[in-house]
Amino acid sequence: MHIPDGFINGVTSLGAGVVAVSGLGASLRRAGKELQDRQIPLAGLIAAFVFVLQMLNFPVVAGMSGHLLGGALAAILIGPWMGMVVVSVVVIVQALLFADGGISALGLNIVNMGLLTVLSGWLAYRLLMAVLPKKAGSVLLAGSLAAWFSVVVSSLGFVGEYAVGGAGGASLSTVLAAMSGTHSLIGIGEGLITAGVLGSVLAVRPDLVHGARLFGIRHADNAELSRRAVGAFIAGGIAVAILLVTVVAPRASSDPDGLERVAIDQGFADTASEQPLGDTPLSEYGVAGVEDEQLGTVLAGLIGLGVTFLAGVGLVLLARRSRGRVESR
Amino acid sequence: MSGTHTHALFVHGHSHLHRLPASTKLGALGLFVLAVVLTPRESFWAFVVHAVLILSAMWLAGLKPGFVAKRLVIEIPFVLFALFLPFVAGGDKLDVLGLSLSIEGLWGGWNIVAKGTLGLAASIVLTATTTVPDLLSGLERLRVPRLITSIAGFMVRYLDVIAGEMHRMRLAMLSRGHDPRWIWQAKAYATSAGALFIRSYERGERVYYAMTARGFAGQMPTFDAERATATEWMGALLLPAVAWTAVAVAVLA
Repeated sequence: MHIPDGFINGVTSLGAGVVAVSGLGASLRRAGKELQDRQIPLAGLIAAFVFVLQMLNFPVVAGMSGHLLGGALAAILIGPWMGMVVVSVVVIVQALLFADGGISALGLNIVNMGLLTVLSGWLAYRLLMAVLPKKAGSVLLAGSLAAWFSVVVSSLGFVGEYAVGGAGGASLSTVLAAMSGTHSLIGIGEGLITAGVLGSVLAVRPDLVHGARLFGIRHADNAELSRRAVGAFIAGGIAVAILLVTVVAPRASSDPDGLERVAIDQGFADTASEQPLGDTPLSEYGVAGVEDEQLGTVLAGLIGLGVTFLAGVGLVLLARRSRGRVESR
Repeated sequence: MSGTHTHALFVHGHSHLHRLPASTKLGALGLFVLAVVLTPRESFWAFVVHAVLILSAMWLAGLKPGFVAKRLVIEIPFVLFALFLPFVAGGDKLDVLGLSLSIEGLWGGWNIVAKGTLGLAASIVLTATTTVPDLLSGLERLRVPRLITSIAGFMVRYLDVIAGEMHRMRLAMLSRGHDPRWIWQAKAYATSAGALFIRSYERGERVYYAMTARGFAGQMPTFDAERATATEWMGALLLPAVAWTAVAVAVLA
């Protein structure tokens, strides 16, 4: 999700630029202590690795695919400070060399993808590791949950920026529901892949995993998430997505303080009497033919979630295809 | 540094725009895009001014419109979002061909498409006329920390190597009958990404040893940092100056 120019207004973009510069500056200072000259080529190669990882698609369901953001993974592999520097460099190079993401939005993109993912992923990882037993399996479990969390936080970062300076007119709760809902689904993929990558690195070079070194974990033979853990993780992610769309979003829209506009389904409902759009199957808060109003709202939310998810994945695929063509020359 | 002087979007040329120092081009790009973003969305004529500026820069650089248009495809997801806005935004409605469109949403969509396209086109002009070493030394001139530019330099230099490595691993998997369709088949992807990380890490270490063997003592040699002259700065800043004038007139009028 590279924000282009004009999506968020100028003042907010500049503000995010200031946040990005100070955040990046702080992590540079902290990383600078560990980052001897030996590690500059290393950091560059890891940045190249993250870039390639983002180019690569993994399957989601038949024919569709997603790709990794890699913020939480970078934090666990090379530590939060180096991680923030490296992922931010990736975002900067994407903007300046590949025209991917707006120049005025560079600050926003650095904050969302370079700083927020790494920082939130690392915090979640540390918190989880504090309570989990100190062994390789826990690294994978904490890593996958942290990766899920980082994706959702990153999307909330976007929602926050949209709330402050969004140009558009789509209501905040619509954006909130769409972004947090889809990203808690996308986060499932991010979490599972992150666990897989961590497992395979731990099996061969456990000494390279910063997040494992920190807790004195030196051995890992075939560490992988159990089938049950994977199932629970997927179910949990979907449950949170459903919860966000059906409960939190409508609540937020009826909240008196500022989040006053209506969600997609309610927007259709409001205009139902005088407009052709009122005849869409999602009008009147619910699904046509479903009598129970409560159930109808939930169904509308779920269908909205499904459509948003499919559209989102399709768009990602489209964008990746075109980018792949340019880069594979 | 041989072989990395160009990148996917660079177009070889000898125009004035190619010859301008990168620092001035970066400064001009930043100021221009800022002007675009700050333009009031109702001032159509100001957007026309911006568009004419971009088109003349493209003409100066000898870029083909088709090349820029192809690269603009990256914007499609946001264009779709913009098209979606008139249907979901609230406020007053406008009836067009039987569709009820939100006026606020129409403005919002127009705002995103116009500014996004202009900003993207401007960045494409920069990337198409500036080589990687020039871009990095230009960033350094503009006081971007050395650490950032040197990490970015290594990143760009080894991008194709790492991507090639991934490509070979993928080919090897495919030739062994790997056919991923569902998310639970993604484990192979994760494992190869893990292997790729280890290879990148170990390559990073080897690169460092190779550098020390060739006399590296902690300082990267400086890029040939040519100072931009006042004339060059003025030439580069002409474009954002016109854009800012348009914005000033639009805001004050």
